[in-house]
Amino acid sequence: MAALDPARRRAVLRQAVSVGVATGAYGISFGALSTAAGLDVLQTQALSVLLFSGGSQFAFVGLVAGGLSGAPAAIATSTLLGVRNGLYGLQVARMLDVRGLRRVAAAQLTIDESTAVGVAQPEERAGRLGFWATGLAVFVLWNLMTLAGALVGDAIGDPKTYGLDAAAAAAFCGLLWPRLKSGDAFAIAALAALVAVMLAPHAPAGVPVLVAALTALVAAVWPNAHRDPAPPHHWRDEADPEQAGRQAAPGREAS
Amino acid sequence: MSLWTAVLVASALAFALKFLGYVVPAHWLEGQRTSRVTSALPIALLSALVAVQTLTGDGGALVVDARLAAVAVALVALALRAPFLLVVALAAGTAALLRALGVA
Repeated sequence: MAALDPARRRAVLRQAVSVGVATGAYGISFGALSTAAGLDVLQTQALSVLLFSGGSQFAFVGLVAGGLSGAPAAIATSTLLGVRNGLYGLQVARMLDVRGLRRVAAAQLTIDESTAVGVAQPEERAGRLGFWATGLAVFVLWNLMTLAGALVGDAIGDPKTYGLDAAAAAAFCGLLWPRLKSGDAFAIAALAALVAVMLAPHAPAGVPVLVAALTALVAAVWPNAHRDPAPPHHWRDEADPEQAGRQAAPGREAS
Repeated sequence: MSLWTAVLVASALAFALKFLGYVVPAHWLEGQRTSRVTSALPIALLSALVAVQTLTGDGGALVVDARLAAVAVALVALALRAPFLLVVALAAGTAALLRALGVA
């Protein structure tokens, strides 16, 4: 396989770093919300190192915020949100062709951002570079910013005074927004929200969210439903608009 | 279950799912129906989380307070393509301000 020419290499690395900075930056909000939810700094950092998937981490701390009784639902919700990473793995495994410890490292770095940059590259060589560079950039910056946020969150008093409970809801909006690309996606979102709120007074904390997840099954019997597991692209404003992250998102080529 | 146990179990399951993608044959999950459901799953979960975190209080009762105003501000910011961090900061600021003023 031909080596990547230096200009392409620089372009891919620049893209990886811009995605890493943009994504890493909101690690600070995760860190602050996590300590506000009652986790200590070490537990917060453990989630960013070991769990390493933004949506799952926000969901986990959001659901344990009400107390340890929410822990089983927190684990279940975090895991369901992680299902998409497995699908990304299916898509990048062939391109990366890794074994042993490198496969373990690749799996841990398989998230929205690394997958999007990897599969967006037209050549396989650049795809591998994009995946690894983006995954590592996000991992390092996400963890540093988590620590910063956790230390800040730990130092302040009642999180409600600073509106941190509302910040958690806003963070979920921010993660949801890029996925609402069609009317069908919007309908599923509205249905899930309705189910969760209606169930909330009658079920233990966390359970309404899990039951609401079943509305995703509507998509199984609804042939025109949203089917675009494209990772969200928080960085689209920061990155060069010509870069292909949006066009070649995972899943598109299968449809 | 201690909080540490929950953190480690959730982390182990997250890694198991990621790793599974590298070891199962690709055709297992290639069905149209499967891909529709798996792409709808994060949408349903995130939307339910927004709803519960915005509108419910102790015991799951419906509560309208500063959080709803904060989320409305967040949605406007997202529609205007504000970056993630700004969206979160604006929402926190809105809720903090309304509470400081004693409005909600």
